[in-house]
Amino acid sequence: MSTILEMRSITKEFPGVKALAGVDLDVTEREIHAICGENGAGKSTLMKVLSGVYPHGTYTGDIVFEGDTMRFGSINDSEDRGIVIIHQELALVPYLSVAENIFLGNETRNRFGLIDWNDANQRAAELLARVGLHENPTTPVSQLGVGKQQLIEIAKALSKKVKLLILDEPTAALNDTDSAHLLDLLRTLRAEGITCIIISHKLNEIADIADRTTIIRDGQTIETIDMADPASTQDRIIRGMVGRDIENRYPHRTPDIGDEVLRVEDWNVDHPTQAGRQIITDASFHVRAGEVVGIAGLMGAGRTELAMSIFGRSYGRNIRGKIFKDGKQIQVRDVAEAISHHIAYATEDRKQYGLNLLDDIRHNVSSAGLGKLSPNGWVNGNEELKVAEEYRESLNIKTPHVLVNVGKLSGGNQQKVVLSKWLYTDPDVLILDEPTRGIDVGAKYEIYTIINKMVAAGKAVIVISSELPELLGISDRVYTLAFGRITGEVPVADATQERLMELMTIERDQPLPTKELKS
Amino acid sequence: MNVIAGARDLMTRHLRESGIFVAFAALVILFAALNPNFLSANNLTNIILQYSYILILAIGMVMVIVAGQIDLSVGSVVALTGAVSAVVVIRMGMPWYVGVIAALVVGLLVGMWQGFWVAYVGIPGFIVSLAGMLLFRGLTYLVLDNVSLSPFGGTYYEIANGFFNGLLGGMGFDVFTLVIFGIAVAGYAVSQWRSRQGKIAYQQSVESMPTFIVKIVAVAAVVMWFGYQLSTYRGLPLVLVILAVLIIVYALVTQKSVFGRHIYAVGGNRHAAELSGVKVRRINFWVFVNMGVLASVAGVVYSSRMNAAQPAAGNMFELDAIAACFIGGASTTGGVGRVGGAMIGGLIMAVMSNGMQLMGVPQSIQQVVKGLVLLLAVAFDIWNKRRAAAAR
Repeated sequence: MSTILEMRSITKEFPGVKALAGVDLDVTEREIHAICGENGAGKSTLMKVLSGVYPHGTYTGDIVFEGDTMRFGSINDSEDRGIVIIHQELALVPYLSVAENIFLGNETRNRFGLIDWNDANQRAAELLARVGLHENPTTPVSQLGVGKQQLIEIAKALSKKVKLLILDEPTAALNDTDSAHLLDLLRTLRAEGITCIIISHKLNEIADIADRTTIIRDGQTIETIDMADPASTQDRIIRGMVGRDIENRYPHRTPDIGDEVLRVEDWNVDHPTQAGRQIITDASFHVRAGEVVGIAGLMGAGRTELAMSIFGRSYGRNIRGKIFKDGKQIQVRDVAEAISHHIAYATEDRKQYGLNLLDDIRHNVSSAGLGKLSPNGWVNGNEELKVAEEYRESLNIKTPHVLVNVGKLSGGNQQKVVLSKWLYTDPDVLILDEPTRGIDVGAKYEIYTIINKMVAAGKAVIVISSELPELLGISDRVYTLAFGRITGEVPVADATQERLMELMTIERDQPLPTKELKS
Repeated sequence: MNVIAGARDLMTRHLRESGIFVAFAALVILFAALNPNFLSANNLTNIILQYSYILILAIGMVMVIVAGQIDLSVGSVVALTGAVSAVVVIRMGMPWYVGVIAALVVGLLVGMWQGFWVAYVGIPGFIVSLAGMLLFRGLTYLVLDNVSLSPFGGTYYEIANGFFNGLLGGMGFDVFTLVIFGIAVAGYAVSQWRSRQGKIAYQQSVESMPTFIVKIVAVAAVVMWFGYQLSTYRGLPLVLVILAVLIIVYALVTQKSVFGRHIYAVGGNRHAAELSGVKVRRINFWVFVNMGVLASVAGVVYSSRMNAAQPAAGNMFELDAIAACFIGGASTTGGVGRVGGAMIGGLIMAVMSNGMQLMGVPQSIQQVVKGLVLLLAVAFDIWNKRRAAAAR
């Protein structure tokens, strides 16, 4: 078999960050090639270089595809050569039909320059059959689930005569059945002669499907391993991805746990628009001063919904339950009230919900605690600048000064701005929703250090995370959330990933295990 | 951070804003060179009297735009409030101030009406104010029975046509006008000095002392020259005082008050603002209420200037006000824009209209030129943003 794609010493820099530092990748024809690496290792950047999202000239190094050196100026150029990328966030237009989506931007026209929809629907139906999706091509995409939408993306790629298909975390949002179906489809496509690159965090999935795996860490290729080789174990991949002992990924902390700060009892939340659909059911939990409590749950378990409904009813309706702060029951009817009770919530999606990307660091830092700067309705601009500078120093936000727009910062530095903003409100309880999502390994360590400083100062911290090793590394106690119910509470000393995963997958109608441990 | 780097950094960060100042200065110089009458006392006074109401509208409009909304109804509101005032003063024979108060109350109610639909029902401002544009125009016709009412005369007429003159005597120029301008310049210098001292106290970088002095002297020279020109003609226009007070108050409100900062937060990222404890609905409501009130102020000024209320008054004013904001650097997606920028944007429109009128350029060409300027200003804004993004 011959090499279809070769990427040689690809280097891509952003101001202040070297995202890729000489990555090599070679992909053989008709293979499924997995790329592994931690968040921020450079996988997605590499694929964006390959597909022309970052055009030729913005990176250094060579891309050789089918023996020719490629200079893609845009994603259209790479698609013309048969390289198609399917992003993690699906790029379908919800109100258009399946067929319209498949041929979007690629419509074939009849001799009058009009689209022949009968022909298009017919060809769409053929493509759908190839990906094993039994849906009418005229159905609007919004009526289909994520798993089916993923298949439509693949059908769309097939319509473009794809030779090399790139899938970025294709199964992240899928359930087990849909995932299995997708992986089967990839095998079928391989048999039909299509080469696949798959980016995934799910190691068992990679072990299952990949022919070879390339491991990337901190913007460099670590190794490419043949999965048929018995030495290619998951442990070996993890070692390559992490590159150091697991213990060192989390700064050490000696817990000094005080009194209970926040207690939530019998919390129930309904879906904001679908009447009668319960998102959170009878959730009760508490957190104490100087304690880091983790909340573990799979996607869709209701983690963010739980946190936001507590934080001033920012999510859901028909919210029932009690909140106690320092032993006294409190009312938290809106965000302002939550802040006045010294509760803070740092969102999982900092760009959409956490920051004003048009404004500078200074104004973002003060945005939730503006009242402190303006005793009579007028903002003390000098004091504001001083505050922002203090946080820049203490949280090590890497920027020359605080008048830089936050849109220009890296993910890690943006997250530090979000944390600064909430620290400035003098919180007693911080709910951190995916605090290290999308940021690189070094910055993660810094965020953990900041969390440690928070609890050392006597604050209570709740961390929501989908990365179990992270929760095990930084928490004192972990609650598991599944289908809107808290299904377990485990002191970190007794917790393993397997144990947590077991609790995280208890379905709605299954009984809960009796509480084994009470800390 | 050294001073030079700081200055250069300021220049790049404020390229958009400083670019507007340069463009404005270039326009003034261009028209002055083309027509010697352009900088005459008479013409400068005229520019102020003719465009003051657009500038007043632009103050409110820039806040609406920063909040991520738009208000297309202000032209109709100018007509409606002027009409109500005319009915009260001319038809009912009430004193001038009752007319002013009636107009302001109508503006307040209009603002509350639109604010309600935008903030609490969640209809985009574009739609609400498009409806309002028809609604308030129709009400104007109803109030006026389809005919113009004139003249106001008396004190009401003086609001937009009166001058402070001769209060302290004159020697070929009005001393009072110069005194007021002198106080304004002194006030400017003092506030700049205090802000500089404040920055030093908080250990921030400031421009060097010579730069600072040159800046103050240059501003003072231009302002005093302008004041002198006015004083040799008819003195200080009353409407300029109204405008100056509004600009100062709203510049402070937008930049230094919590309310102002919340407007920027809502326009910049509504969800983030909500999760930071900003009451988004309340902010949107009050932004529209404020716009309604300012539109009624413009309505009073305009009806006074015309000495009449006409059914078709204020037609297309909304477009001039919106253009002023965008030329002045406001972002079409909200979150960015300043009162000062909108004022310069409005003055650019004013200077262009006036300059072209003086040169006898036909109305048709004037429209074409103004349209192109608006388009190019926003194109420059987008190009500038893309350049900034590419530098990442």
